[in-house]
Amino acid sequence: MKKLKVQKIIFLVILGIMTLIYIGPFLFSLSISFSGDKNVFDWPIKLLPNAPTLENYQNVWSDLPFGKWLFNSVLITTIQTISNVFFAALAGFTFARLTFPGRKIIFTLLLSSLMIPGIILLVPKFIVLNELSMINSYSGLILPGLVGVTNIFLMKQFFETIPKDLEQAALIDGCSYFRLFWQIFIPISKPALAAVAIYTFQGSWNEFLWPVIVSYTEDMYTLPLGMASLRHELLTDWPLLMAGTILISLPTLAIFIIFQRYFVQGVASSGLKG
Amino acid sequence: MATIEISHLKKIYPNAETATIKDANLTINDKEFIVLVGPSGCGKSTLLRMIAGLEDITDGELKIDDNRMNELSPKDRDIAMVFQNYALYPHMTVFENMAFGLKLRKVPKAEIKQKVERAAEILDITHLLNRRPKDMSGGQRQRVAIGRAIVRNPKVFLFDEPLSNLDAALRVQMRAEIKKLHKQLDATIVYVTHDQIEAMTMGDRIVVLKDGNVMQFDTPMNLFNNPANKFVAGFIGSPSMNFIAGKINVEDEAVFESKDLKFSIPDDMQPSMKVYNGKEVYFGFRPEYIYDKNIEKHKRLSQTMVATVENLEPIGSESFVYFRFKGNPEELYCFRSNSSHEYTIGEDIEIGVDVERLRFFDKATEQRL
Repeated sequence: MKKLKVQKIIFLVILGIMTLIYIGPFLFSLSISFSGDKNVFDWPIKLLPNAPTLENYQNVWSDLPFGKWLFNSVLITTIQTISNVFFAALAGFTFARLTFPGRKIIFTLLLSSLMIPGIILLVPKFIVLNELSMINSYSGLILPGLVGVTNIFLMKQFFETIPKDLEQAALIDGCSYFRLFWQIFIPISKPALAAVAIYTFQGSWNEFLWPVIVSYTEDMYTLPLGMASLRHELLTDWPLLMAGTILISLPTLAIFIIFQRYFVQGVASSGLKG
Repeated sequence: MATIEISHLKKIYPNAETATIKDANLTINDKEFIVLVGPSGCGKSTLLRMIAGLEDITDGELKIDDNRMNELSPKDRDIAMVFQNYALYPHMTVFENMAFGLKLRKVPKAEIKQKVERAAEILDITHLLNRRPKDMSGGQRQRVAIGRAIVRNPKVFLFDEPLSNLDAALRVQMRAEIKKLHKQLDATIVYVTHDQIEAMTMGDRIVVLKDGNVMQFDTPMNLFNNPANKFVAGFIGSPSMNFIAGKINVEDEAVFESKDLKFSIPDDMQPSMKVYNGKEVYFGFRPEYIYDKNIEKHKRLSQTMVATVENLEPIGSESFVYFRFKGNPEELYCFRSNSSHEYTIGEDIEIGVDVERLRFFDKATEQRL
């Protein structure tokens, strides 16, 4: 009994340390964002600001084109999330339920594209978009992320778990394949769709690399890019930067808290059952 | 309603070595209740799904009411199907489930409501109309699935093992209800089951399938009393028919001879059996038609044989008596006895088979002689 208690304490200590490692930087950022003193890294480092202020949060809106960056981020994330959910579901349904020549080959090709590191594709993607005059435009920012192969795979796996009888009953009832997809499969796939939506939202909202490459004027920046642009070699306004960063992370945090169940489900089953 | 004409129907799945359905020929009459029965993998569900249009027809022709169906999609065949797993739409209420097919056919709302309520009344599920499938028992779900089929008033109803997921008591109840429904709807029904009791009690005629071949298509009693081959004889009936491998020898008279026993074939069968002199055969006799000579004194029995009682299984009104013949201790046979006769294990009894019920099957072709 005593041994078990000791073990429990050891586990709790390890868990506490791990939590601190992950949550510590966030809490430190939060603390800096309320600091009135810009020299936050002067020794000795203060974990809590001497005179907490909300000034940095006000300055984010007044000193920076934060509204425009927010608009860009919301626009890109919304379009990419909706299109990912729709197209991944449609493609997943096609691969899971329809038979057509070349189905396996196409799906294998799609899957194999996952093996290529994303960074290798940056240059060809840039060249293509440049040829299409899409650099520094919304289309250039949005188009490459309209649908993700991982999401298609997730939806395909989920749709394969839906009993065949249900599909056949609907076909006998008079459904076309699109109606079967839209009226039967989509409504019963909410957990998988939610998982796809959450992952896409998170990825798109936090995306940094692609916006850095395709946008070069401040009015096309997204929030992560805008925030990064505040870092200067000689002087960085850390409290302002941290206030902006905290604001950016709020939507993802809120979504995580609200849809925690789907996150866990998605990770646990990889969309097998959703 | 409708007639179904199946001519030389064949199904070969891609990359399969053998055909799942081999040259099926059936004529199903209007308002008939047909049961497809057979062991697992015999092709009964495939045949049903070919009628439904859920499986392509490799060869042959399917006609419903004289119209060729081969190329038509399921929705254009005017059929309804009830699945083993109910296949109800989980996100819809019972009402919506039943109304879905009608909505797709653009039936006016008032008419949909009337039809669904009428079907719900017939099936006694009116109180469930606002529930979702997950809030109902298996039996209730199956009723809804049947309701979804009947609201459309189709030409043909197809049932794919609809009672397999229900418990024994509910199965018996639903069996009676489907039979009643058949009378009420005056419908043509094709029903798949692997349960021969279900087949015997429900079907006007039964199709017995094995390895994609139609072994016999006949009324339940004809299948039982006049099986066309050894497979049907063994498959229909519980406990199944007893078989003894032997030979027909004709000297002065035709005699069946095996290592267990030797007996003269009854006089009225003599002329027909004499042509089979020397033929290897199976002698088949049902447990229902074996009698104890000392008890059934008035029955016209075959030449009697001495057997030893090996085991007894009383099931209430009757008992299954398992016995062996003296000459062959390896084989165990069975007969049904009235439980008022008490046998003891190890007892020697003298039994005979009702002469009307002796069946012989060619050992090579397994066809009945």
